[in-house]
Amino acid sequence: MATLTGEGASAAPVLTLRGISKHFGAVSALTDVDLQVFPGEVVALVGDNGAGKSTLVKILAGVHPHDSGTMIFDSQEVIVRSPTESIDLGIATVFQDLALCDNLDVVGNLFLGQELRPIRLDEVAMEVKAWELLRQLSAKIPSVRTLVASLSGGQRQTVAIARSLLGSPKLILLDEPTAALGVAQTAEVLNLIERLRENGLAVILITHNMDDVLAVADRVAVLRLGKNNGVFNVADASKESIIAAITGATDNVVSQREATRPIKVETRSK
Amino acid sequence: MSTLTPTDHQDERLRIDKGFSGMLKASVDRIRGGDLGLLPVFIGLVVISIIFQSLNPFFLSSANLSNMLMEATPVGILALGIVMVLLVGEIDLSVGSVSGLSAAIFGINFVDNGWPLALAIVTAIASGSIIGWVFGQIYNRVGVPSFVITLAGLLGFLGLQLFVLGPKGTINIPFDSPLVWFGQLAFVPTPVAYALVSFVVVLQIVLGLSRSRSRKIAGLSVESLTAIVAKALGLGILLGFAVWYLGLARGIGWMFVLFVLLAVIGNYALTRTQWGRSVFAVGGNREAARRAGINVRRVYTSTFIITSTLAAVGGLLAAGRLAASAQSSGGGDVNLNAIAAAVIGGTSLFGGRGSAFAAVLGIIVIQAISSGLTLMNLDSSIRYMVTGAVVLIAVSLDAFARKSRSSHGRG
Repeated sequence: MATLTGEGASAAPVLTLRGISKHFGAVSALTDVDLQVFPGEVVALVGDNGAGKSTLVKILAGVHPHDSGTMIFDSQEVIVRSPTESIDLGIATVFQDLALCDNLDVVGNLFLGQELRPIRLDEVAMEVKAWELLRQLSAKIPSVRTLVASLSGGQRQTVAIARSLLGSPKLILLDEPTAALGVAQTAEVLNLIERLRENGLAVILITHNMDDVLAVADRVAVLRLGKNNGVFNVADASKESIIAAITGATDNVVSQREATRPIKVETRSK
Repeated sequence: MSTLTPTDHQDERLRIDKGFSGMLKASVDRIRGGDLGLLPVFIGLVVISIIFQSLNPFFLSSANLSNMLMEATPVGILALGIVMVLLVGEIDLSVGSVSGLSAAIFGINFVDNGWPLALAIVTAIASGSIIGWVFGQIYNRVGVPSFVITLAGLLGFLGLQLFVLGPKGTINIPFDSPLVWFGQLAFVPTPVAYALVSFVVVLQIVLGLSRSRSRKIAGLSVESLTAIVAKALGLGILLGFAVWYLGLARGIGWMFVLFVLLAVIGNYALTRTQWGRSVFAVGGNREAARRAGINVRRVYTSTFIITSTLAAVGGLLAAGRLAASAQSSGGGDVNLNAIAAAVIGGTSLFGGRGSAFAAVLGIIVIQAISSGLTLMNLDSSIRYMVTGAVVLIAVSLDAFARKSRSSHGRG
């Protein structure tokens, strides 16, 4: 098991969570959760249903503030009380449903709520900036003047991620970005995540898909029943050990099945 | 990367439609994809013209058309308001009553109380704005559907209109007042009309060129000079012909010019401002708009205010045209005609789709039908039935086009 901090990371962490807890009435959704994310690093946040992933994302996105513990963003202790505060800090969240307007074109969606020159929209500047952003992500969108309705799932995800980059954030939260996508589109989004890492951004990737985790993540933070249940370096962790941490035991239905399956997991994932 | 290809034309999958055939191909694609644009209006006008002209040769005469535009204006301004509220995915059923109430308030203040004209007009219009604000507050804070709020408004403000008018029922506005002159007699002199048309053509070309220049500097694709000039001249010829033909009778009313001007302002606000963008966003996906940081409540309130304010303006013009504030002002089929005009012009009842010009084109269709039926000396019973059928067809067309759009990936 790796240490809590990323190995070989020289820069200061973008985000440090220490002892974060959150209660909903009598239920503790999160108890003493620690997490660190460094610039240029993809951290996968995994866990079963009800493990507290979404709660953690919502705390970071400013949907609801945490009850106790410290959140240090960019070497400053912060409390995020509203989505706007989260965005202002430099945390961009791409929610699972993407929140795009089908009746607007790509440019309209990218700049929604932050248009250039409100009284006389600067369409030219916005279009140029849109192309710049999409290039930066090597996005495959034929025209920024097509309506978002006509884009594929992967392209829509790209637009949503590109929009989150507009405010030049330091940390991007991706909530199940590949959940609704096909094989090719998933690969496209994974490429996109790698591109974000190359650009020096910190990425937290929430997912249920082990293949995605092993494909792009540098480290995996496992949550179980609202508590930390291990942080792994993807390079030297096996799929079984991560699954074991997610489910809470090595001896259970899932790992037994994995062990008896004819194809070796090791050869598949590396 | 080639510097010759504009940034937005670099993707090899993109088909670049060039020249006239390309333009034609693109528009056929659009229509097949369920983006009907002006097609229903165009077909509607042709069909209506053929039918009524064959029944009564007076229908397409310049005198009738000139009158038709004047007649269309007050309800057209109501329709412009309806476009705004439909774009955010809501409805306002009270525009007729609000227009009648505004006429009544004006009549009482101007005639009975002897207020100065300007003050009476401002008061009437402001009452419309206040009504819209109240609708917005109820919608945002209580969460009652706009359908119900404005249905209550339809009845409530009709009652208020009757109450304001009192036992007399009708207040005649003196014929020498400027409002009546504006509603009945103010026509654009033909030379001035031609000057206006040339101004529009020149403005189109200048704006087109400046847009092309800034796009070129930014490395984006530009519209060819020929296309810009051809479009502007095409518009100029169309408008010039209209001025010439209507000029054979009384010409074009200033009231109609005001209506078109309001539509142009509305179009600018909807397409070129942040407010307009948020109106479309709220109509398309309210939750997405909210998460993008748009103040959704303010967008709703502002559209309700604009709709009711325009309704009040329309009511004033109707009073000027009739030279009276009557109990029947804004009643009958006014509401439905305004909504039908917006929908026929291509504004979706489902929100997020439409344009300010929809009101102008749609009301011309509605008014043409109404005028044709009146020329045939048909009873209002028949007129209601025909208008009802037309509204149903227009809304079905909208629903049908919407299905086609979603299957062709056009939202």
